[in-house]
Amino acid sequence: MDIQALAAEIPMEGEYNLEGIDFISSGKQFLAFILAQEQYAVDILCVEEIRSWENPTKIPNAPSYVKGVINMRGIIVPIIDLRLKFGIGDANYSETTVVIVLTVENEDKSRTIGFVVDAVSDVLNSEDDEVKNAPDFGGCVPQKYIDGLINVGDNVVTLLNVQALQAIEAH
Amino acid sequence: MSIDLSQFIPSFLEESLEGLELMETSLLNLQQGDDDSINAIFRAAHSIKGGAGTFGFNEVTEFTHLVETLLDEMRDGRREIAQPDIELLLVSVDCLRILIEAIRDEEACNNSNILATAKRLELALDNSNSESRCKLSNETSDQQNNALSTWLITFIPEPHLVQTGNDPLLLFNALSELGEVSLEAHSKDIPSLLELDAEALYLSWSLAIKTSANEDDIKEVFEWVEDECQLTITKKPIDIQDEKSLVAPLHDEMTELTLAKQKPSTAVSVTQEKKSQKAKNDSGSIRVGVDKVDSLINLVGELVITQSMLSELGNDFEMSKLARLTTGLEQLLQNTKELQESVMRIRMLPISFVFNRFPRLVHDLSKKTGKEITLVIDGEQTELDKTVMEQIGDPLVHLVRNAVDHGIESKAVRLANGKAEKGTITLAAYHQGGNIVIEINDDGGGINRQAVFEKALEKGIVDANTTLSESQVFDLIFEPGFSTAKELSDISGRGVGMDVVKKNIQSLGGRIQIESEPGKGSQFKVYLPLTLAILDGQLVKVGSEVYIIPLVTIVESLQVKEQLVNRVSGDMVLYRLREDNVPIIPIYNLFNIPAENKEISNALLVVVEADGQKVGLMVDDLLAQQQVVVKSLNENYQQVDGISGATILGDGSVAMILDIPGMIQMALKKSQRAQQVKLANKPQLAGVSS
Repeated sequence: MDIQALAAEIPMEGEYNLEGIDFISSGKQFLAFILAQEQYAVDILCVEEIRSWENPTKIPNAPSYVKGVINMRGIIVPIIDLRLKFGIGDANYSETTVVIVLTVENEDKSRTIGFVVDAVSDVLNSEDDEVKNAPDFGGCVPQKYIDGLINVGDNVVTLLNVQALQAIEAH
Repeated sequence: MSIDLSQFIPSFLEESLEGLELMETSLLNLQQGDDDSINAIFRAAHSIKGGAGTFGFNEVTEFTHLVETLLDEMRDGRREIAQPDIELLLVSVDCLRILIEAIRDEEACNNSNILATAKRLELALDNSNSESRCKLSNETSDQQNNALSTWLITFIPEPHLVQTGNDPLLLFNALSELGEVSLEAHSKDIPSLLELDAEALYLSWSLAIKTSANEDDIKEVFEWVEDECQLTITKKPIDIQDEKSLVAPLHDEMTELTLAKQKPSTAVSVTQEKKSQKAKNDSGSIRVGVDKVDSLINLVGELVITQSMLSELGNDFEMSKLARLTTGLEQLLQNTKELQESVMRIRMLPISFVFNRFPRLVHDLSKKTGKEITLVIDGEQTELDKTVMEQIGDPLVHLVRNAVDHGIESKAVRLANGKAEKGTITLAAYHQGGNIVIEINDDGGGINRQAVFEKALEKGIVDANTTLSESQVFDLIFEPGFSTAKELSDISGRGVGMDVVKKNIQSLGGRIQIESEPGKGSQFKVYLPLTLAILDGQLVKVGSEVYIIPLVTIVESLQVKEQLVNRVSGDMVLYRLREDNVPIIPIYNLFNIPAENKEISNALLVVVEADGQKVGLMVDDLLAQQQVVVKSLNENYQQVDGISGATILGDGSVAMILDIPGMIQMALKKSQRAQQVKLANKPQLAGVSS
């Protein structure tokens, strides 16, 4: 086999042309998901993995939105149903129901929690100045969980505060 | 050949601390004429001095030298073994510990205490020296310069001396600490280059030393090499002038050498070396017996054999070989289990590591309080996980302090109550089931239940209307801010502590129990798990959930017989278990989960015991028994009532581990709440139990 010919096929730096995938040069990426009909997003760097729904082990006397715990590669991860927590839509579990597992490192410890959502929809690119302040008109989601709003086409995506979500069962 | 000595510093420090511990223990037991103990103490001090000298920790060397001299006098019978001297030596041990810890932590040590103690040691030595010198001066009255004499030493080492790790230079340096040294090397034995063995030592020396030290001191310097050399030491009280002229040319050389040794640069490089090593040491080390390591190696060998057998079987497997496969798997199970136990045993240390500090503590405290106390230690060979051990030290210290301060009465009170003048505190450790139990007993005044209750009333912890059982009253002393001591003392009595003690013990998965009889004494029992990581469990099923009951808590499992179920005082359901009446707790009810079977008749009951209370847990089904690895729920979630942790089962699902004492508490609270609802028409009583 001609090594020269093979080497020519290897793209040089900057020559990548992968259609349909956006590489970002600045700003942040967010993972968007759906609760009922509404779009929400979280910082993609906190996302550990996305799992399909499986029945968790129940935690005795836990609030209804804490569905239980699952085993994620030897780590015990609690599962929280955001639809029940925020009171958005019905909490039914279908084939598209997924669990987004988020890990956030605070000063001294990191916590890993899984959140049940209706579906994962998109990955968004956004500059910091594209995140608008959310008006406090008292929706279902308490203000402390909201970092801002991002306009995507005609839709509005609510950006959730991951730090606040990590402390969610305490509230 | 140059060896980087700094790599040995950590083990020197470790050994020195161990040596200090030994000194301390022996000092506390030291009696007149006890040659073995005093020799042991002397040896410990001597090796610390030797090591410190090798590594250039001059402060330690100098200080230890004083201690050693004092001990030497005791050893030779020149000095009575008297209490003040022992106290002084104990304080010195403390100082040495401070010095060595300072070296370990790379901190400068400017403790004035150490200087003061050194002064005291010198003073003590001076007193005796001047006495002995008096005797000496009678014999040799012509000697004005008191005890300064010149010794002539010939030192002819064997050729292999340096191969055993000894260095004549170090010996001469040590000698020069005793006084002015002059020396002459003889090179006449050096063979021709052809016959020369590069690793052999052909030199011999004659030395002259002017010192106040005696022959024994000089001999001691050569102690490590005395089997490997010809050594003669003769005293030569020659004219001082004469000696100087003899010695002068060599003298300068020697002082130069000594100076080089003490240059700060050496010390600096040593500390830098240590810094890089400190990070490594922080992870801590364990001393493991060779037998434990050997058994581990054997087990791994067996595991490898089993593995090769199984893989051979798997290469061309047919159903006819099924029996062999099953045997192989059983063997694998056995190997894994033994290997696991063996690895766990590596982390296990005898509890004497914790207990060793108590003789000194009790000694000091009894001095401070003026009480005479005997400390009896039992079962110090009981083994315990290292992590548990490290964290149980402080709570135990607290309990022992309390026993001395609050438990044992003063001499007068003891005599008035017809007790022996000397109080006794017993520390005991033993295994019980999957637990290790540590008992702290005292034969003091016991806990005054009334005083505890009144104090609790005063602090607003309890309500006047509440009636509490004996153990509930005792539990009050674990409330934050609780102390019944009438006066504050610097030993205990500030009311901080007992709650921390309880919290620490609980965080280790243990519990503490008090028994006390007024006038007779108290007993604190600390129950600790042997290890934190693995637990033998019984899997049970309730509804669709699987729970794990720690095997150690299970008394028995049985099928309910209808006629033995009794309903008493309203809602309480009791089951007659031989003589006992055991309350039944349905798990589904406590945890609010669906269950297959909610009828008590014919239900399965697992009788468990915690804190001396038996209860029957109603379950749907009994599954397997197995060892489970305990995982914390706190890490990503929070503490859950009635659950001590979670584990992952063979099929990858998560199962909760039940916390039996916690469940009993929950059930109690639940029934109390139910009662309060009933008594709602008497509002003044509501909220009492909270």
